Amino acid sequence: MMTGDAVNRVLAAYQAIADEARARREQFEKSPLPKIHIGMATCGIASGALETQAAFEAALADRGIEALIHTVGCVGHCYAEPVVIIDHPDSGFPPIFYPEVTPGKAKMLVKLFLEEGDPRFEHVMGATVENEMIPSVMEFARFNREKRVIMERCGRIDPDQIHEYIAEGGYGALTTALCRKPETVIDEIEAAGLRGRGGAGFPTARKWRAARAASGSDKMIVCNADEGDPGAYMDRTLLESNPHQVIEGMIIAALAVGAARGLFYVRAEYPLAVRILTTAVEQARELGFLGTDILGSGLDFDIDLFQGSGAFVCGEETALIRSVEGYRGMPRHRPPYPVEQGIDGRPTVINNVKTLATIPPIVEKGADWFRAIGTAGSPGTAVFSVVGNVTHPGLVEIPMGVTLRDLIFDICGGIPDKKRFKAVQIGGPSGGCLSADFLDTPVDFDALTRAGAMMGSGGMVVMDEDVCMVDVSRYFLDFTQKESCGKCTFCRIGTRHLLDILRRLTRGEGREGDLEQLETLSRAVKQGSLCGLGKTAPNPVLTSLAYFRDEYEAHFKEGRCPSCACRALTAFFIDLDKCARGCDACVGCCPVEAVFTTSNRKKGIDQQLCVKCGECVVACPPDYDAVEKVSPAALVPIIERPPEKNKAES
Amino acid sequence: MEHSLTAEDQAHLEILQTQIKSSPKGRGQLIPLLQMAQKALGYLPDDALSLVADHLSVTRSEVYGVASFYNQFRFNPPGKNPVKVCMGTACHVRGGEIILENFERKLEIREGETTEDREFSIERVACVGCCALAPVALMGEILHGHMAPSKVEGLVLQVRLEKEKAQREAAK
Repeated sequence: MMTGDAVNRVLAAYQAIADEARARREQFEKSPLPKIHIGMATCGIASGALETQAAFEAALADRGIEALIHTVGCVGHCYAEPVVIIDHPDSGFPPIFYPEVTPGKAKMLVKLFLEEGDPRFEHVMGATVENEMIPSVMEFARFNREKRVIMERCGRIDPDQIHEYIAEGGYGALTTALCRKPETVIDEIEAAGLRGRGGAGFPTARKWRAARAASGSDKMIVCNADEGDPGAYMDRTLLESNPHQVIEGMIIAALAVGAARGLFYVRAEYPLAVRILTTAVEQARELGFLGTDILGSGLDFDIDLFQGSGAFVCGEETALIRSVEGYRGMPRHRPPYPVEQGIDGRPTVINNVKTLATIPPIVEKGADWFRAIGTAGSPGTAVFSVVGNVTHPGLVEIPMGVTLRDLIFDICGGIPDKKRFKAVQIGGPSGGCLSADFLDTPVDFDALTRAGAMMGSGGMVVMDEDVCMVDVSRYFLDFTQKESCGKCTFCRIGTRHLLDILRRLTRGEGREGDLEQLETLSRAVKQGSLCGLGKTAPNPVLTSLAYFRDEYEAHFKEGRCPSCACRALTAFFIDLDKCARGCDACVGCCPVEAVFTTSNRKKGIDQQLCVKCGECVVACPPDYDAVEKVSPAALVPIIERPPEKNKAES
Repeated sequence: MEHSLTAEDQAHLEILQTQIKSSPKGRGQLIPLLQMAQKALGYLPDDALSLVADHLSVTRSEVYGVASFYNQFRFNPPGKNPVKVCMGTACHVRGGEIILENFERKLEIREGETTEDREFSIERVACVGCCALAPVALMGEILHGHMAPSKVEGLVLQVRLEKEKAQREAAK
């Protein structure tokens, strides 16, 4: 607790920084020039945002128009990338949200909108504010059903400019926390009922209190950004779009537990996140939010970066500690818990990126505000990356308690191509596959665990009728088997056996008793493993066996893959009644030249050569739609390849 | 598979040696040093492992043990155009494996290998975090979303054509 003098000093220091930041922001906002906001996180760049930016710059220079280009983080609408928001006050229109802005579209918008004042309604998704001219994007479920706490500022600010975060009230919560007793801060978090967003949902306040009580100086805070779960990328997006909110949360955590050192454990596979984070830490240090004597409070805290080298098991906290220490990342027994003995024996608090990002809003707005969002047992929001066979994939932040049906069908637009929903896989390799019967399950820690899945990191992969559940289980086991660190026998050998059985099944070579063995072995691996990886690795198998047993049986008994997805059990053929004479669409696309012309000038597929890639299905014009799949493969109609005529040297 | 060091590798190795010498010691430095070495050379040849081992006074087997545990580290040189095919869940559901197969077939190497002319190498990566664009592949640093077998062919062809063009220019 600081003296009155010190409190005034901290407040004055923050006030001065905030005033300047706001002044800069205001100058930007009040500028009469048009403003072009471009989303520049990894997804945006992958979809061509850099080219779009270059096209805007070139077109502006060509036409001699002045405009401000503002690069921001990710807005979460990955299906619409590259996303651009154009604010052109002189045109009389509100700021407009444009999806899929290619370089060509960028040039067109500069000419027609910026120069001539025509916003080209056919390319508009909506206005970003309510107005009377253009419907607002808030009328779409994808926007208005969201509740943003963690991602509130993502896509609005430039992650490389600390003042933009401060102008939006950033680091205000830190100032508040500095003026309070550390215990008061922990009490607030406890009252808010915040549970760790890394997946397990452990109460954050309890962790902090234990670390605060732990003896030993030189305590550490680690931000776990080792997002190894295939299919989840919210941590990366958050670090790329608003790193300061995470840093601020980390400093508050450090104050609360009495730590002087912090460490960001980021995957080396996220080069952009690493770069942005490095810049952000430097900027925070320059302004005195990090380093010695933070804002004149007399407290010291600084942050280092550690690049994780890509081992899934290192998301587990004791394995993470070993890897920071320079060893193979193998988990160890707990207790002692990391809050007592962590990195090099120091008491260490390890929090997920999203947990830390939730801290500043709670400190700023209070526990009651946070409690009002979400459910009683799981207050707050959850960030999901909804991907797979879904119309509007991307990052969605929703209050806990929204049902899966609302999330998948309402917010994310349901299944594309008129296909049927089959399953949703939640929580990555540790989670489970839930069938359509579970669509009314509310999304929160406890309800998902009861259903057999788990919140995990928040990866959600939606699967349509063309996805085979046995193959999905095989995929996950393939992943966990490779990532098993090898410490526990059951995890090391058990996952291998499970994988062998699943591989057999997907090839139609299932043996008597395989299904039973999958179940027994799964339970044994769960019981015989030390860490979360082994304890949860069989979940995809167990849940899919429970909810999709008929698919397993079809593979095992009939050698048939009901979804025609397992390639060993499926064959492609061309329906000669539908195939058009003389059409060559499928011939050119086949990577192995397996398509031949029949004596009737229609097409056939050489089953010996076919690799079952499905390109011909895509290439066949929708009018004919002649390529069919069949399982088991033996049912394929035989179409003879006619003897080649001019086989001699032509 | 043994790869002999090229002259270029030797030069990088020497720079690396001075870099490592001026780095702090301590076991916690092991992974950052390995990352530094891989950044300099593109992979970890035996000599690089020895440099790190000597600097930290640990055995080479210990260093190898750590390096081989993590997916990031590789022990054979990457191609000039390293292809990384994403094998994340979303990519799997949308046919990532088919993309990998097409690269393998087109380049006539298996994943984890490098073509003889050191032009291409293929790797599978767990998830690059662009699931909404699935299936995804990286060539060099450039990410290509919504991959299809025909796109694989196009990418490989593009690199080869550019190389030929460069050779023609050089010959002029």
